[in-house]
Amino acid sequence: MRLPLLALLARGPAHGYELKQDLEQLLGSAYPQPNVGQIYVTLGRLEKQGLIEGEDVEQASRPNKKVYHLTDTGRQALRAWFEEPEDEPRVRDDFFMKLALAPQTGLAEQIALINKQRRQYLNTMRDLSKLAAAEDRDNRIAHLLIEGAMLHLQADLDWLERCQEELEELE
Amino acid sequence: MSDSPAPVLRAEGLVKTHYGEGAPAHAVRGVDLSVRQGEFVAVTGPSGAGKSTLLHLLGGLQRPDSGSMRLDGERTDAWSEARWAVERRKRIGIVFQFFNLVSNLSVADNVELPALLAGVAPRQARAGREELLGELGLAGKERSMPGELSGGEQQRVALARALVNHPPLLLADEPAGSLDSKGTREVMRLLSRFHQRGQTIVLVTHDARLASAADRVISFFDGRIADDAELAGTPSRGTGISGVLELRD
Repeated sequence: MRLPLLALLARGPAHGYELKQDLEQLLGSAYPQPNVGQIYVTLGRLEKQGLIEGEDVEQASRPNKKVYHLTDTGRQALRAWFEEPEDEPRVRDDFFMKLALAPQTGLAEQIALINKQRRQYLNTMRDLSKLAAAEDRDNRIAHLLIEGAMLHLQADLDWLERCQEELEELE
Repeated sequence: MSDSPAPVLRAEGLVKTHYGEGAPAHAVRGVDLSVRQGEFVAVTGPSGAGKSTLLHLLGGLQRPDSGSMRLDGERTDAWSEARWAVERRKRIGIVFQFFNLVSNLSVADNVELPALLAGVAPRQARAGREELLGELGLAGKERSMPGELSGGEQQRVALARALVNHPPLLLADEPAGSLDSKGTREVMRLLSRFHQRGQTIVLVTHDARLASAADRVISFFDGRIADDAELAGTPSRGTGISGVLELRD
């Protein structure tokens, strides 16, 4: 969550709770709600690294709140973040290992493994469909997030299908 | 339970082989399938797995080489072509990948035709058509010709046509197969909505997103059912939805 918080602070100073709300608004209900404690911990780390600076602001009848702003180093880190493309998603290595090794162990069948995995993906796909239906139609970013997750799952399901085609021929 | 109603659809030992040029294609190789009332079943699998042939057998568009079928407990084995044609207006609605609308009839006529053929009074057919088109977001398109509509709109007209006689069973063969992702979501939403009202649906699709709208997914491989999974009520194991959505640090 480090870089997204930095990115939110690029607009201007904010305190921890504001950042939590900004994230929620941007990503919609689809995104697992960020834990405010986690945000404060991350902000503390970012401050230690010199990427942001906090300033105590006194509040009448309430404890002080800390308002953070981005430092020059922080802005550089953010630029570097945008500069670099991200790593590719990875094939589900653990499942692949199960599939590759099952025949030698005599403890599991490959087709049964595939079926079990497919059920799980389909259940998650179903949850995502429900989430998409419940999400505010106008929140494009949230819908793109859900659609991205669905397309990844679709690819994993297609791959399971390929595995099944190949391995059933051998049986 | 012995007193539970007969399944809407019950197939036993269905076999269908296509004989064309080259080797015979064993499209359906011994399928048992039972669909209860109100169920939404998706059949998925790679292209060429025989899932469309299976759907055609269920709708009487093709005849099995062997095996038997019952609709609402009634055996269909001896039904003639004419009988099937009647049942496809009354008891079974079908939507296809390429809509199969009558191109020289208006949207309104396409939807009303099966009702009129089934002997519904013209006024009632019109009322049914108006209600369905309104519901499917097609009010105002009654006089359009199918060719003037987008793919998504044509599929909605096809859905209205399939449902105008309130058939107990809706069969859908790759209904989003020629639609863009917006059209796909639309079809998915509508199927879900009719299902929630109690419509029994059997959907054939290679698209897992569409299949996930169903509450039971059958994986079809090489002419056979490889897996038959209930989705509803089975909580995802592992990280599930939050695992796939969460942005990692």
